Amino acid sequence: MAASNYYVPESSRLPIGTSIGLIGLAAGAGGMLNHSSSGGEGWALPHFVFFAGALILASVLYNWFSKVIGESRGGLYNAQMDRSYRWGMGWFIFSEVMFFAAFFGALFYVRQIAGPWLSGEGDKGISHMLWPEFVFQWPMFNNPAGADLPGPEAVIDPWHIPLLNTVLLISSSVTVTFAHHALRAMDRTRVIFWLALTVILGAVFVYFQIVEYVEAYEELGLTLDSGIYGSTFFMLTGFHGAHVTIGAFILFVIWLRIIKGHFTPEQHFGFEAAAWYWHFVDMVWIGLFFFVYIL
Amino acid sequence: MMTSATTLHEDHGHHGPAKGLMRWVLTTNHKDIGTLYLWFAFTMLLIGGSMALIIRLELFQPGMQLIEPEFFNQMTTMHGLVMVFGAIMPAFVGMANWLVPMMVGAPDMALPRMNNLSFWILPFAFGMLILTLFSEAGAPNFGWTFYAPLSTTYAPSSVTYFIFGVHLMGISSIMGAINIIATILNLRAPGMTLMKMPLFVWTWLITAYLLIAVMPVLAGVVTMMLMDIHFGTSFFNAAGGGDPVLFQHVFWFFGHPEVYIMILPAFGIVSQIIPTFARKPLFGYSSMVYATASIAFLSFIVWAHHMFTVGLPLATELFFMYATMLIAIPTGVKVFNWVSTMFNGSMTFETPMLFAVAFVILFTIGGFSGLMLAIAPADFQYHDTYFVVAHFHYVLVPGALFAIIAGVYYWIPKWCGRYYNETLGKWHFWLSFVGVNVTFFPMHFVGLAGMPRRIPDYALQFADFNAVASIGAFIFGLSQILFLYIVIDAIRNGKKATDEVWEGTEGLEWTLPSPAPYHSFSEPPEVK
Repeated sequence: MAASNYYVPESSRLPIGTSIGLIGLAAGAGGMLNHSSSGGEGWALPHFVFFAGALILASVLYNWFSKVIGESRGGLYNAQMDRSYRWGMGWFIFSEVMFFAAFFGALFYVRQIAGPWLSGEGDKGISHMLWPEFVFQWPMFNNPAGADLPGPEAVIDPWHIPLLNTVLLISSSVTVTFAHHALRAMDRTRVIFWLALTVILGAVFVYFQIVEYVEAYEELGLTLDSGIYGSTFFMLTGFHGAHVTIGAFILFVIWLRIIKGHFTPEQHFGFEAAAWYWHFVDMVWIGLFFFVYIL
Repeated sequence: MMTSATTLHEDHGHHGPAKGLMRWVLTTNHKDIGTLYLWFAFTMLLIGGSMALIIRLELFQPGMQLIEPEFFNQMTTMHGLVMVFGAIMPAFVGMANWLVPMMVGAPDMALPRMNNLSFWILPFAFGMLILTLFSEAGAPNFGWTFYAPLSTTYAPSSVTYFIFGVHLMGISSIMGAINIIATILNLRAPGMTLMKMPLFVWTWLITAYLLIAVMPVLAGVVTMMLMDIHFGTSFFNAAGGGDPVLFQHVFWFFGHPEVYIMILPAFGIVSQIIPTFARKPLFGYSSMVYATASIAFLSFIVWAHHMFTVGLPLATELFFMYATMLIAIPTGVKVFNWVSTMFNGSMTFETPMLFAVAFVILFTIGGFSGLMLAIAPADFQYHDTYFVVAHFHYVLVPGALFAIIAGVYYWIPKWCGRYYNETLGKWHFWLSFVGVNVTFFPMHFVGLAGMPRRIPDYALQFADFNAVASIGAFIFGLSQILFLYIVIDAIRNGKKATDEVWEGTEGLEWTLPSPAPYHSFSEPPEVK
């Protein structure tokens, strides 16, 4: 049979390696958490499983991405393949949007419905009987259980670090766009400059986020176990921070590839996918800045 | 083959399966992966089915006889999880793998290596989940809906493995769905416009969209559980300002579209089969497409009908009640179209058609009991009774599962190049049909009379119907062994199939030889 135009790879060891890495990661993480929650200390078998899984996953993914880059540069991908990757990345980002939607939904539900009900609002205010003294306010400094589950003493002021981080992240979305324009004009030096700046802005963002967390834990009493305010705060900002870290790492890899001379003005979907992801992370932050910090 | 994974420039002229076990581990071929999915789903069907039989044995008569209540809870939980995430969903993905590239005229799936990854995550994830049965703490015991605080404050330690298992299944489903969407949107043959696609492809396109939209929400809710259990957060803990009802909202925002994820591909399969054996084109093709899309849209705004008794405001109950009832309209359109397709057709009743016709009738019964449950004030009576169990088993067993079996009988000559034994197929159908109804129909009665679900013991007045249901369950369960035999017999000794397989079949998959070649369409066919 004549070979198809659409590249169909031969059988591969990469996916099974990824599956093995993932199960190591999952089973190891489960064991580690159960180990420490049941009072276990030090290293046990799950820790080795977890790190073995992580190592396998990292090395397989390194090989997988290398192979895809090699195939792409080897000219095996046609325009149709390029579109498959575009659809794939687009729908992946949509799935990420829905992941964050679950946490935003939890935040809105607690603030608009569950909290007021605990405080006795509405004709279904039965839950008010649980803690009759509880008065709902947001941020929730006093939890329903009162002294048994102390709330935060204060929360993060949006107009200091969060505002700065907003400026940093929005600027980084602009700089990555400059880098894209430079790539299309094939001005490699400018791409390297703007992309490096983007990664640095991302890294500085993560740094300030860590500073903020340290402040929350050490000075404000705002922790994961300080009730629902801390829960939603750390869940949303934490997952966002993880995404910024991943996004910055992806852009860093793209930066290395630019230096090595990869990409052409016409064909650079790897770059674009990273930029899409970065813009998505940026949009999530704007949502966070409004709904978690300001309002 | 072992070196081909590591060398960059393989010999692309080489086309054909590799030899031995590693063929299945390393494959990037959509047919191999489809086969893996289907065998995996069948294995899970037998495992989940055995759990159901343990449940039915315990419920054969009132009183505690066989197993401990704790183990009973593990069985109901694992039965649900294994069947939903291990049997029904992977079976449909396997169908999509086999059929979508052939139906749209593609060489393979859009992203073949990711396709392999989507599959091979599953055996590991389910291996981990099922192994918890043998752990000291026992398997998850909080029901497949894992409501907090049962699944957080009061959960056995295996819940942590359950959470990570769900994460893995979610990763698998999302990647599988992305692959299917990319294949459908990007790899269609020239001339295959969207409104010329076979309905199975359409229903899977919409199903894949639902998967990508809600599997991350499931990941979100189990992540919140994980944080509550191990990191002291208060998402589902009212003492810290959270709310256990929040769990139900987030879970059912996933859970209701999930219900349609398990039935829309079944609609697609039945819409392929009925026209063939009625020897008429499908009645109302475009209305079928719009009805599918409407059902998918509505699935996002009906989730709280699972929660009528949890204490929702009146306006909320009314909204979700009416929104739920609206679903009856597009579903009714579908049933009407299937019946109209058969009307005045020259019908014959080969095994796939028997299962498809049974699907239409029995799924409709499940739909009607769903309509009864949608009535909020009535649901206060039905909630958490066996009526609910009867309802969702009618849509999932003679619904989704019958459609899968129908699809296997319908396409297996194309897959293997051999027909199954028609006489045995008919035996399989009638045993399954009788078994399913004997099992699940009495559950309506005990449910309306007030028998609660998920309880290992019950009041004496429910004894007769429960004994009947248990007998039906064993008839149904054991007849699936016959199905296994029929499939193996077809693969080994079946009569050679023609390329057309059935008289007057339409669609690209029937233009390929039987068995279909390893690579479907290396050159895209022209569709007029």
